[in-house]
Amino acid sequence: MSSAVNIPPQFEVVDRPLDTQMTISMGPQHPSTHGVLRLELVLDGEMVVKATPDIGYLHTGMEKLFEYKKYQQGIVITDRMDYLNPLGNNLAYVMAVEKLLEIEIPERAQTIRVLTCELQRIASHLVWLGTHALDIGAMTVFFYCFREREKIMNLIEAASGGRLTPSYFRIGGLMMDLPAGFERRVQQFQDGFLKSVDEFHTLLTGNRIFQKRTQGVGYISAEDAIDWGLSGPCLRGSGVDLDIRRANPYTGYEKYDFEVPTESECDVWARYMVRMREMKESHKIVTQALSRLRPGPVKADAPKVVLPDREAMKTHMDALIHHFLIVAEGFDVPAGEVYQPIEASKGELGVYVKSDGGPKPARVHFRGPSFVNLSALPHMSEGCMVADIVAIIGSLDIVLGEIDR
Amino acid sequence: MGLENIIAEALPEVLTTRLDSLINWARKSSLWPATFGLACCAIEMMSATSSRNDLARFGSEVFRASPRQADVMIVSGRVSRKMAPVLRRIYDQMPEPKWVISMGACATSGGVFDNYAIVQGVDKIVPVDVYIPGCPPRPEMLIHAVMMLQDKVMKESSRDRRDVPEREAREAFVPGTLPITDGSTAESSLPPEARPYSIASRHERRRSS
Amino acid sequence: MTTGANSENNLPENAATDPSQNLTPSPLSPLLAALQQVNREWITSTSEALGETTVIVPREHIVDVCSHLKTAPEARFDFLADICGADRGVEEEPRFEVNYHLFSTTKHHRLRLKIVLNEEDVHVPTVTGVWRTANWHERETFDLFGIIFDGHPDLRRILLPDDWQGYALRKDFPLRGYEPYSLK
Repeated sequence: MSSAVNIPPQFEVVDRPLDTQMTISMGPQHPSTHGVLRLELVLDGEMVVKATPDIGYLHTGMEKLFEYKKYQQGIVITDRMDYLNPLGNNLAYVMAVEKLLEIEIPERAQTIRVLTCELQRIASHLVWLGTHALDIGAMTVFFYCFREREKIMNLIEAASGGRLTPSYFRIGGLMMDLPAGFERRVQQFQDGFLKSVDEFHTLLTGNRIFQKRTQGVGYISAEDAIDWGLSGPCLRGSGVDLDIRRANPYTGYEKYDFEVPTESECDVWARYMVRMREMKESHKIVTQALSRLRPGPVKADAPKVVLPDREAMKTHMDALIHHFLIVAEGFDVPAGEVYQPIEASKGELGVYVKSDGGPKPARVHFRGPSFVNLSALPHMSEGCMVADIVAIIGSLDIVLGEIDR
Repeated sequence: MGLENIIAEALPEVLTTRLDSLINWARKSSLWPATFGLACCAIEMMSATSSRNDLARFGSEVFRASPRQADVMIVSGRVSRKMAPVLRRIYDQMPEPKWVISMGACATSGGVFDNYAIVQGVDKIVPVDVYIPGCPPRPEMLIHAVMMLQDKVMKESSRDRRDVPEREAREAFVPGTLPITDGSTAESSLPPEARPYSIASRHERRRSS
Repeated sequence: MTTGANSENNLPENAATDPSQNLTPSPLSPLLAALQQVNREWITSTSEALGETTVIVPREHIVDVCSHLKTAPEARFDFLADICGADRGVEEEPRFEVNYHLFSTTKHHRLRLKIVLNEEDVHVPTVTGVWRTANWHERETFDLFGIIFDGHPDLRRILLPDDWQGYALRKDFPLRGYEPYSLK
């Protein structure tokens, strides 16, 4: 392990014989592990000598399932991976297939994609904040965050029909257009949101207990973070200014004006501050997206890929034939391979789709950011105490659905 | 368990019904769930406890982390093969009386995931009292399921949960090896290694493309 | 040709790239030319499609290629985004491929390295010495495909149970597995 770990001087890691060390399993069923994660902790009293994650308790075989489903059926599976950011998963997969098909997405669809994805990012960060604070001991924040999240879930349910598994995007655009009155409801949410974020700051940021539990804990330097493949807020909390929305822009993100928050302390506190500031930045992007909404089509002009309008299907013969073929047989995607990265709420979510020319993919692989972020846990948790492990896991913002797929 | 059974065996039958109502009312009004959130349904379970749909109104005041202090195990989420023995162990660690709610399509029957990694229904591992469909079910559905479980609890009788005599308890089956579901007898008579699993998944059986 | 909204490789010479001018493909050819100059054997073939560059590297040279790409000033691929295995099919020859997705945090360009393997000889040298994040990615590829990474510090199953037989994502592994779950 690297020597750049910042162990406070009073906690010296001494190599003691085995009878003073104890190996316990912070088991798959644990309230603070945010899912079915098992940690093998080698403890010397209260101090952690080594923490090794043991994953796979939620392995669902999703990547194999993709190979048996047509491309548009796969969208439903992506919801269940990172189930706190399902629209982000949908977006990554759909964009990868659109890249293979080389389809142009209309302007309104892209704006709505940005709008809903940023709302989803706020919702994901709210769950992170609620559960992280709950683990550290602040139960009120949990209830407040879920209250705010209900408002966002109402919006997403109005647009797509699903609270937690929307599957709103389709290959070539969206499932359907936004309902009437949606912009007004989003504006209502926007008006009250910044005050809620300030409320969270009042409860946590100035709180000395929270500060003492998070500052100096879980240190990882910038070089180590890049070497371990961290991305997203974990990397930005270590001072590296990297955001896929800026580096490899997609869905029109280059046209939006937002900051990428970075902090330089490299600890749990820095990651907390980065995510809090990101919530405000997402709020900004949603405002801009709302002002950019213009009437227009939400599906691309690709009759062999995109389902036609219901009225057109019922009155025109070719639309009916296309609808039937797309649903029954799927569309052939030209052979090739593509890796599409997006900035999900947890980091770089990359989708690798390999097609061999048929209606079902040959290989779909999701590079889950939580999978890679968790692999850095042993490095971050050397010399800390058991309670700090809880704080570190919270700050990594892991979702086991994405890790185990 | 002990006190209720001692009183129940001592009383004549007409009075045990009164005792049953009292015991069942007490049990149903304070069903404390054990946290067994696995996947997406766990988030909806958390939403069911949050301020909009408040599950605590119905008696589920706290979600105990330790199964030894819990009454209900709400299996919310897909159960993978690696997790299944852990699930059984947590179930065994819960003291009687205990109930199981299988929340969501994945816990009930394997859901969308008809493949090598997911147990097709948690009732292959633990006995389930209430099944909730949905992917994920709305928090209101979870509340409805808890209320259905409460109705089920009200109908129980203290004579059903009698203490087992000590000798019988010691010779009982090792937990986890009882055949839980009434599967086909032909399947269970073969040794596990000889049972070929040649049934293709419905995804493999689709004729189109 | 390609959609304007999806990610493209940016020009490697310009580190402070304006993100809106990302519509031109084939920006990495000077980089690949330099790579070929260093050692001709390192590149079996290259291809560019859909705005992405793929380089097929022979298996023995993967560690050298990766270390060079990490440190070379025009490349600076310090971030290993993903290692992804793929099974081309039971009758295909070569059967397996391993894809390495590289990314540069300073120059923001991406590259894919590919190794192709036959079914009988699925050994690949590990790149854990170049990027420590390769550790878990290689374990996952081993777990799901059976590709053995020589020199890996801890090659064992990560997603499937430790006593699982077979490699799940190979094309000859049935979707439902071999037998239903039973506690015995």
